[in-house]
Amino acid sequence: MITLQINGKSYAIDVEPDMPLLWAIRDVVGLTGTKYSCGIGVCGSCKVLLDNSPVQSCMIPVSAAEGKSIITVEGTSKNLQLLQDSWMELNVPQCGFCQPGQLIAATALLDKNPNPTDEEIDEAMIGNICRCGTYQRIKNAINRTVNLNKQS
Amino acid sequence: MKKIQNISRRSFVKSIGLASGGLILACNTSVFSDKEKEIKNLINFNPNLFVQLNSDGSLILVASRSEMGNGVRTSLSSVIADEMEADWSKVSIQQATGDKKYGDQNTDGSRSIRYLFDTMRQMGATAKAMLITAAAQTWNVSEEECKAENHFIVHSSGKKLGFGELVEVAKTLEVPTDVQLKDSKNYKYIGKSLKSIDVDDYVSGNAIFGLDKRLPNMKFAAVARCPVTFGTVKTFDKTETLKIKGVLDVIEIPRIERPFGALGGIAVVATNTWAAFKGRDALKIEWDFGNNKDYDSENYMNQITKNVHKQGKVAKTVGNINNAFKKGAKIIESTFQLPHLSHAPMEVPNAVAWVQGETCEVWAPTQNPQSARDEIVAYLGVPEENVTINVTLLGGGFGRKSKSDFVVEAAIISKAINAPAQVVWSREDDIKHGYYHTVSAQYMKASIDKNGKVTGWLHRFALPSITSTFSPGVDYAAGFEISSASNIPFNIDNVKIEVGKAPAHVRIGWLRSVINIPHGFSINVFADELAVAVNKDPLEFRLDLIGEDRIVNPDENIPFKTQRLKNVLQLAAKNANWGKDLPEGHAQGLAVHYSFNSYVASVVEVSVIDGKLKVLQVHTVIDCGLVVNKNTVIAQMEGSAIFGMSLAFYGKITAKDGAIEQGNYHDYKMIRMHEAPKINVEIVESTENPTGVGEPGVPVIAPAIVNAIYKATGKRYYNLPLSNYGLV
Ligand code: FES
Ligand code: FES
Repeated sequence: MITLQINGKSYAIDVEPDMPLLWAIRDVVGLTGTKYSCGIGVCGSCKVLLDNSPVQSCMIPVSAAEGKSIITVEGTSKNLQLLQDSWMELNVPQCGFCQPGQLIAATALLDKNPNPTDEEIDEAMIGNICRCGTYQRIKNAINRTVNLNKQS
Repeated sequence: MKKIQNISRRSFVKSIGLASGGLILACNTSVFSDKEKEIKNLINFNPNLFVQLNSDGSLILVASRSEMGNGVRTSLSSVIADEMEADWSKVSIQQATGDKKYGDQNTDGSRSIRYLFDTMRQMGATAKAMLITAAAQTWNVSEEECKAENHFIVHSSGKKLGFGELVEVAKTLEVPTDVQLKDSKNYKYIGKSLKSIDVDDYVSGNAIFGLDKRLPNMKFAAVARCPVTFGTVKTFDKTETLKIKGVLDVIEIPRIERPFGALGGIAVVATNTWAAFKGRDALKIEWDFGNNKDYDSENYMNQITKNVHKQGKVAKTVGNINNAFKKGAKIIESTFQLPHLSHAPMEVPNAVAWVQGETCEVWAPTQNPQSARDEIVAYLGVPEENVTINVTLLGGGFGRKSKSDFVVEAAIISKAINAPAQVVWSREDDIKHGYYHTVSAQYMKASIDKNGKVTGWLHRFALPSITSTFSPGVDYAAGFEISSASNIPFNIDNVKIEVGKAPAHVRIGWLRSVINIPHGFSINVFADELAVAVNKDPLEFRLDLIGEDRIVNPDENIPFKTQRLKNVLQLAAKNANWGKDLPEGHAQGLAVHYSFNSYVASVVEVSVIDGKLKVLQVHTVIDCGLVVNKNTVIAQMEGSAIFGMSLAFYGKITAKDGAIEQGNYHDYKMIRMHEAPKINVEIVESTENPTGVGEPGVPVIAPAIVNAIYKATGKRYYNLPLSNYGLV
């Protein structure tokens, strides 16, 4: 049995310790907001926050996540909710499939760096592919969130 | 209320036939059965297949096309709501199952708005007319004194009744056959920017894509398929697979010889996707590689290039090309080579099926639920009505998900294990077993007279045809793969279009923009080359080459007008400030192309510094006739620019010994945020009929980039992707 802390809840699951965290979250725990797309750590769709750091959950064995705090797109964190707002306001998603991973990557960025430059945004988001090509809107939505944070 | 609740809902639902544009929308019962729980205490009014108004005023509209980022659930429904004068905040969308009663549901070819705009208007207008009649009867006044306004019917005296309050009367009325459509100047939603109706679900992680569908007792499956297209299993050994924790079963999948039939292979069924993947990797399979085992895309490219360097089959001839070439003061010749591409939508192909005896229910991210249904009907041999195809959201499609080979796999597995099964393709499966965009060689030759006028244009191309997927053995391009070359919008007296031989060795399928990718590329790059040959500015030269206002395709239904083509080009040039001073190493390039009945021009600005390319800015202008949702059109143009850049920079699928060499996003790369340019989009205001949006923005991007690189460096690149040249 492995116990995972996801979005503040505990889940005891019976899986092989080498199962990637992604599949434990999706197929065993049953939270499907975290997406599979490449399985080899190069697309970012599966990103979650593991003790506040963005990780590709397809690359982390579930055993390595035990005892750590996991936040998925379904979870709560100040920046995540603010970014979700901006995403809606600017109509960022097209098909929407990559967006959970994009939101997690952006959340991790703003958690560490509340006022990123465009280059810093690029750097933080480089691991996330959007096949629909919503990059411009993602960047605008991050900048909008930064500006709202500054005002408040 | 008591009385209302006692009335059986079904007893009121009318049998309705409504003819519209050849599509008969017959409806004997409500299509909203799975909403029944929510609305069981309400009475409801179903004037047609697409509209259900409930007595609490909530309005359910049916989306018959698939949502894959195209915004279609929002745009089609907003057309109904507009005609109906409904309040958008009261609208929810129900996705249609795959059923011929909805007409064609195949969501590709950039056709949804093109084909369904008028039908959707009628659906809304019919509902509105009946609500007006209901109000007039209730008040005992004439209908002329009543009008619909934001979910109310309002009488000239000022009294009003909410839509919901009229349901009971409206549902007893005959359905009118001819209804008045709104004047376009009164549109309320059409032509504005509506937010995607699914945006909350997308950002909260609650959106249900195919991969997210879960059923009680559902098993997960992965399939090992032959690395060579149409190869088959000789023998296999599952011993190691069965030792893996979570693996439940191993099943042989037959090859089904239909265009969208299963490829065949060995399926591993497990309690989770990971175990299915691991079990699949542990299989030992001996394959019979079959006829395509020698496919080598490099040799193949050489072969089709030879085929375009000799005379081909003539597809079109105007004037006398040989004379023109003989007399030409200048002759320019170029050869273009473009590789196969893979759709690679972020969501891999997948489907859930549950076969129970003689019935089957499917949940799949399909662009074409009717075709998925056909595949399953053919496999199970059951009547069509026993098969239900539920369409989930699609995590991208780009044409891949209109081919339902992955759906029938799920049904085969479910039947074998007698439980619901979700088949999941890995990314490697997706890239190695696709329906590839064609590979192409193109040869172009032009003559220019001493005044700098282009007098002859020969375009010869060889590419395996999409038709080969449907009729094995076809080895020449089909008519629909020729028209984007033969409808050349240039004022040239002598034109010849020829096709060369190109047999297929993989499944060829349509990918976003289809044949317009190779043709849009070669035509735009070659035209730019001709401008250079006569020492003219590419914009001025191109406008001259397009020439006077005329219709290019007088024989076809929808006119291709050169005036609209020139207009988008001029606007893009203006927006980009064409010809402006730029820093060292920077340059602009342009391209313009007509496809899916829409007109698109892009001007790009690139920099090439120390041999490295950057695309800094894209200005796109589209004329797609009347626009339903501006936000969607802009988003599609932005996405098209990135899609076009991905194929220009990195898009390349190759085969060796019959097997596809690429397998994931590390060797089939995509544009990422740091490479993405600023994208500016202008939509031409128009009242012409709506035309395609999802695809026509793609073909201009690669040639505009190549033309800009030429301007910046003096080097012309004829082949894609540009990664071949170390530029990216
Ligand atoms: S699925 Fe994990 S990075 Fe792509
Ligand atoms: S929105 Fe479709 S992949 Fe990003």
